[in-house]
Amino acid sequence: MNTLALILSFGFVFAALILSKSFKLGLGKDLIITAIRATIQLLIIGYVLKVIFGLNNPIVIIVMLLAMIFVASRNAVKRAKGLRNITWKIFITILIVETITMAFLLSVHIIPATPQYIISISGMIIGNSMVIASLYLNRLKSDLNLRKQEVLLMLSLGSTPKQAIFPIIKESIRSSLIPTIESQRTIGLVQLPGMMTGQIVAGADPIHAVRLQLLIVFMIMSAATFTGIILGLLIYPSLFNKYQQLVVEDWE
Amino acid sequence: MESNAVELRRISKSFSANGKVEKVLNQINGTVQTGAILNILGPSGSGKSTILSMCNLLLAPDEGEVYIHGKEVRKWNIPELRQKVGIAFQSAPMIPGTVLDNLMLPANIHQMTIHHPEQYLNKVGLPTSMLQKNVQDLSGGQKQRLALARTLVNRPSILLLDEITSALDPSSVREIEELILSIHKAENTTILWVTHDLEQARRVGTECWLIVNGELVEQGTKDEFFSSPKDDRTKQFLAKGMKALT
Repeated sequence: MNTLALILSFGFVFAALILSKSFKLGLGKDLIITAIRATIQLLIIGYVLKVIFGLNNPIVIIVMLLAMIFVASRNAVKRAKGLRNITWKIFITILIVETITMAFLLSVHIIPATPQYIISISGMIIGNSMVIASLYLNRLKSDLNLRKQEVLLMLSLGSTPKQAIFPIIKESIRSSLIPTIESQRTIGLVQLPGMMTGQIVAGADPIHAVRLQLLIVFMIMSAATFTGIILGLLIYPSLFNKYQQLVVEDWE
Repeated sequence: MESNAVELRRISKSFSANGKVEKVLNQINGTVQTGAILNILGPSGSGKSTILSMCNLLLAPDEGEVYIHGKEVRKWNIPELRQKVGIAFQSAPMIPGTVLDNLMLPANIHQMTIHHPEQYLNKVGLPTSMLQKNVQDLSGGQKQRLALARTLVNRPSILLLDEITSALDPSSVREIEELILSIHKAENTTILWVTHDLEQARRVGTECWLIVNGELVEQGTKDEFFSSPKDDRTKQFLAKGMKALT
């Protein structure tokens, strides 16, 4: 795709702007900002990746992955401001999920140990974990608001914090995983995943693209489950103080 | 056996909301003897329920100490403390499920085996046929009885009752009062009973405290409290009833 084609593709943004103006949707500013932001971010990352791929240095790859995990944690934490050490708990969760998944993929040679594969696939794992963490925290917060009395009841009967919060944690994990599971159900029937489409467009054999996509689907489902469970286990102590009292008043 | 079931030493507690700090309890000192039924009276927001929550460490004091059977609450093993000091809330919260699920909750928490859960329903005057009934189908009075039965599964030596009859009709109120008096008689349970109802305090208590604006302004036996109060605020409270102070 050459620069002219890229410029012409902005035609889609103009079409959306015209429609927004015609129907008075008030999305003009958002559309322009989003389009400019996406262009700048993707161009920057394109050049960064080019440099990293050229260097092919494990330390540079690790630094890049840590930076991605940190940005993902900062983004997911917007749902949980006020909880103790929450950024680091999300960071650790995503780090563990990324390490487990990547260790498996590399150790059994499912993917080659090249920066192209490691960074691209890690981006999917980290992005997916970020979304799961965000959904999970959102659900946990609303469930805690609704079922606070239940937690207090359990504590008042002498339960440990873990016993008191576990039914809510379990429900929040389940709910946060549903969108991931649902979206995989219609895969190939309704939507063709971006990575697979990209490979086919780039001229790859569709069967090869499907195989790689299947790997991504399985990996995303397992990474989502890991994220929900690990974050669930890490986060519940932050909801209680040393006297085993529920302290969620500061959770914005 | 120690004579004081509960002892409060200079306890103070503040809450902050919307950037404002409000002192709810201020330097409360008081003791409750084993086997007593203490009625804690006072206007809404005076800090009565906060005192109860401190006795089983659902809240901790900012200053001062709370002793349960001679041991400061923060030195107890917390699940053990909360097993010994049972609380029944005004709202009688339930977990989703059946009467049996709720009744077995303390047993499941503490991994106890209960062979005859129906005996606890009998204790609170609920029919054993109710065990499989969904708690959503219970009336307010039945929920309150079930909440009491559930608390009793832990065999508490101290029972904290937080306005448990305030949402009930008069006949249910009297039934719950009789039930609690019978439990007290059978088990010699120490009871701290927060109530708005002066008449209820006359009927059930052995001792009374009056809390006004976070201060313990009067404490004494029921007879002393009602017949010869010392503090002017108590006299005013008794003369005008709760309405004057709420």
